[in-house]
Parts: sequence; structure tokens; C-alpha cells
Amino acid sequence: MDLSAINPVQLIAFLMVAATPVLLAAIGELVVEKSGVLNLGVEGMMITGAIAGFAATVESGSPAVGFVAAAFAGALLSCLFVVLTQFALANQVASGLALTLFGLGLSALMGQTYVGVKPPATGKVDIPVLSDLPVVGPILFNHDLMVYFGIALVAATWAVLKYTRAGLILRAVGENHDAAHALGYKVVRIRILAILFGGACAGLGGAYISLIRVPQWTEGMTAGVGWIALALVVFASWKPWRALLGAYLFGGVTVVQLNLQAAGVAIPVEYLAMSPYLITIVVLVILSADKSSAPAALGRIFHASR
Amino acid sequence: MKITALLASAAMALGLASAAVADDKTKVGFVYVGPVGDGGWTYEHDQGRLAVEEAFGDKVETVYVESVAEGPDSERVMTQMALEGADLIFTTSFGYMDPTINVAKKFPNVKFEHATGYKRADNVSTYSARFYEGRAVQGTIAGHMTKSNVIGYIGSFPIPEVIRGINAAYIHAKKVNPDVEFKIVWAFTWFDPAKEADAAKVLIEQGADVILQHTDSTAPQAAAQAAGNVVTFGQASDMAEYGPFPRVSSIIDNWAPYYIARTKAVMDGTWTSVDTWDGIAPGMVGIGEISDAVPAEVKAEALALKEAIASGEYHPFTGPLKKQDGSDWLAAGAVADDGTLAGMNFFVEGLTGDIPQ
Repeated sequence: MDLSAINPVQLIAFLMVAATPVLLAAIGELVVEKSGVLNLGVEGMMITGAIAGFAATVESGSPAVGFVAAAFAGALLSCLFVVLTQFALANQVASGLALTLFGLGLSALMGQTYVGVKPPATGKVDIPVLSDLPVVGPILFNHDLMVYFGIALVAATWAVLKYTRAGLILRAVGENHDAAHALGYKVVRIRILAILFGGACAGLGGAYISLIRVPQWTEGMTAGVGWIALALVVFASWKPWRALLGAYLFGGVTVVQLNLQAAGVAIPVEYLAMSPYLITIVVLVILSADKSSAPAALGRIFHASR
Repeated sequence: MKITALLASAAMALGLASAAVADDKTKVGFVYVGPVGDGGWTYEHDQGRLAVEEAFGDKVETVYVESVAEGPDSERVMTQMALEGADLIFTTSFGYMDPTINVAKKFPNVKFEHATGYKRADNVSTYSARFYEGRAVQGTIAGHMTKSNVIGYIGSFPIPEVIRGINAAYIHAKKVNPDVEFKIVWAFTWFDPAKEADAAKVLIEQGADVILQHTDSTAPQAAAQAAGNVVTFGQASDMAEYGPFPRVSSIIDNWAPYYIARTKAVMDGTWTSVDTWDGIAPGMVGIGEISDAVPAEVKAEALALKEAIASGEYHPFTGPLKKQDGSDWLAAGAVADDGTLAGMNFFVEGLTGDIPQ
């Protein structure tokens, strides 16, 4: 056993990278669920974002273009969910699952010519003096832009939901769509916007995997991150900062367990392998012991005439 | 009422028609553990499937299902294939072993071929490649190429095949570089690019400058490339797109000749249950081109080892070898028997860490 091989500073820096995809997807889904819609298609939108972002980056040579394309592709795929659930009033659970399956297939089709292609590297934000600081530098000031974007998005989502009129309306729609409708708010329109936002975030999360974390395209490469994001939203009791905590916890324990293994720590590997899921669930379950509960209208279909 | 009746009869007619067509074609099914585009393990099996199609043309029909989870779900997939009239089904991952045996019991007329397992039946063959022969060549190159003397190894599951690979690589790395040390990470997945990339990054952070992988995607190659000074080897497939550096060589699985031969046997009615375990000599295990990043003398040494293994004059597990706990395994000059190799569940002396039980 040689714990000295583990560098805690690099560990934390690495954790933030490992947590970013699940964080982006979770924050998008959080907004969707706050508006009263349950979209189980996160995985499908992520993988579509992953290939769209990858393809756009390879073709244009610019990761920035790739991320924009990924957000657009995720939102575009969620349009399908919009049509099914908001206009055709289909069951949200079934539609979401269908979206995941469709996304996985579609991405495999789109990605056929991109297997084995290497994307242009995404640059890191290198803030001169700050990134050279010991300890704090590598942790806080030496990441790619998307890590900061993820954190900023959490802050923005939190502020909007808590303090703004738009956030209040979104929550009202999610708690009681009939009352919101009676007050004259456009329930369907608000939900569509929330779903599109969720799709864009999921797409970004997927592109983060294919462009920065891995970086390459392989079929099925999101490997269940979308489902973890969905679970995270529930365990975080629909609160943005808790989603951030959960994502970092999950990413952190994943990275730590790999580090421990490589350092030859004598804990049976099976325990290490299940620890990210276990610890994330335990912590968030303890946190969610307060009174907060799911948006009351979550998963319910709304139609003005009923 | 009319429409449903019409649809039902149309479906029946279609079903009958396809059944009629299926009769004069040999239908071969493949169950894959990952996507065909993984660039590694499943990709090579799919190349084998395409070779079968090419070899027999109209006489054969192939079907495949990709990304089938190991365990009960695979049983459902195999049953479906058998019901749809497959004559021969290849199940291409270790975890399909018990499901294959179960389904084979229900369909005595369908032939099954299970890769890398050890359970056989009258209609179940097993086949595998002696990947450890390739691992020995990789280990030799790895031992020479490492400067930090730390070699990272990404294992998938602690099954005999993976353990055999680790042992073979370690023995030969140690032979050319006595100071070498292996750091092993078990990913507990065959295919999860993000996790494989993470594992590679962690190993690199902890000082490894050579990464060997026994997982199926090319993600560790990409991670090594990003790190800049880390050597990798293609796994299952050539992964040439990462050459000449970081990927300096590879183990290539070549299933095509076997798949063609077995399909032919079914067509001719000569199929019997066998246990095939071929290595470098018959070409089931190939060594991908050793790139120029490897010094010429190391390349020559690796190729000489490959030749010696192919001709049978050298066996990668030749004594004296001890087990990890220090007990004797093979006396000087003794060669490991296939039974021990097939069930290998111990590390050789010098490797650190425990095998997860």
C-alpha cells in the first residue's frame, strides 16, 4: 500500500472534471422536473449531444462550435419529447424511455464515420498568476471552461428559481398546473421551454464526455451517466446546490476508489466499486430528510380542457 | 375489426414467408457484449461475422444483437435468436456462459459456440484465443519502454482470462526489467469509455508510463495520448489510429477463420462440440505492427519471442515460477498445463495486490 502516490490536489481537480457531465445533465433535468415534467430521456439526449458535439468539433475544428451544436442537438431531440407529451399527451415515462432508446440508436448511426477519429483538444483556461498558486491553483484555476460553466449554471438556476418571477412561475406550473393555468400562465409553453433547456444541458453534458473527459467517440459511451443524473435530481430533492454536491460526491468517490485501487489499498475492490453509488445515495437521503418533496404535478399530463 | 384481421393475416403471411426463406439458408446469430463500433473486442467479432457473410454469400444469413448485458438478459436474446430459426449462435463474452448452457438445453437442435468459457454440452462448443501469448510479447516491450518502472494495467473482471494476461505480461516485463512494478485497477466493466479513461488517468497520475488494458474501448489510448509520454497497446483490435505513439503495438483477435470453419461445419452437418484454444501459431492471435517508437533491438526481441511462441519452442508460462504467496508453481523448465491456465486464479510472485474474490 502506498498512499503517498495519491496526490490530493490532482484528485480534487480530477473530481471536478469527472463530475461535470452528470452535473450538467442533472441541473437540466432539475429544471424540467421543477416544471412538472418527468423526462427519462436524459441518457438519450446526452449521447446525441455527445456525437453531435463531437462531429461538429471535428468538422469545424472548434470545440466551442461543438458545444453549441451539442446543446442544440440535445434540445432538438427533446422536441420529440415535447411533441409526444405536451401535444399528443402521451405518457411521460414511456416517452422518456423511448427517447433514450431512440437517442442511443440515432447516435450510433450518426457516429459511424467518427469511430476512431481524434477531436481537436479543448483548451484550458489558463489564468496566468492564479493557476500557478500552490494547491488552490490546480483546483480552482486550471480547468476547461465547461467546469466553470457547470458551476455558474447551478448558481444561475438556483437564483432564478428562488428569487425571480420567472422561477416562481416555473415552480407554480410544476406544483399545480391547473391553478397556474387559471391564473393565465401558459403551462404548455413554459414546460416546453423547460424541456428544451433540459435537453440542451444534457447535450452539453454528453459533449463534455466525448470532447474532454474521454475524448473520442464510441457508441454507447455515456454508459448510464444520464440515469445517474436522474437519480441525483431526486436524491438532491430538487435543489440545485444539492445536485452539485451530489455530483461532486459521486465524481469524487469514483475517482478516489480508482486511486485507492491503483495505490494497492487492501479494501476489496467490489466495495470500492459500489462506493460511489452507495455514498452518494446515503448522503443525499440524509440530506433529503427535510420536508421538501417532489413538485406536486410531476409526471402529470396537463390539458387546458380538463 | 377488418383492419386488425387484415394486419394479423399479413403478419402471419410474412412470418410464413420468412420461415420458408430461412429454411434453405444457414442462419448464424451473434450476441455481442458491447457495440460493434467499440473499436476493440466486439468490433473484431463483428469483423468475423462479416467474413462469414463474405465467404458464404447467399447461403448464409447473419444476425447480431449488440450491447447485451451479461446475465439473465442475454438468455432472453439467445432464446429469441433460437426461436427465429438460428442454426448456429456465437455468444461472445465470458459472462454469457451459464445463459448459453441454459438456452442450449432448451434448443437441442441449435448449435451454440461460447467464447472464453469452460462449460460445454453436446450442442455447446467453447472457443478462445491464447491472448496470454500476445501479452507475453506486450510485456517484453512494456518492460523495455517504461522509464518510471511503473506499468499500469486496467483489468476488467477478475476471471482466469484476465489474470492470465496480467501474469503473462508481468513475467515477461520482469524478465527484461527486474525493477518493474505493476499497478492494477479493476474496472468491473468490459466497456465504459469514461471509466476506462478515468482509470488510465489515475494510473498515469500515479506514475505509470505504460498502460496495458484488458477492457474493450479505445478510451485509455486517448487518455495516454493526452498525457503525451505514455505508451499503450491496442487491445483485441489493432487500434492503429492511435499509432505510432502512444499505441506501439497491439494484440489482434482474428476470429474470421474460426467462424467460417464452424459455419461450414454446420452447413455440412459435421459440427460437433469441441473446445478450441488457439494462439499465435494458427493466427487467432495476431500481434499488430510494432511502431517505430520502439527501439529496433526491442522490436527484434519482441518479434523473436513471437516467433518462438508460434513455433512452439517457448511457452510463456515456463518455470521456474512461483505463486504470489511464495509457494512453488512450476519447476525449472516445466510448462503450465492448459487446465491450470484455464482456471488460473492466482497472481505470480512479485505482483502486488489481491485478486478480488
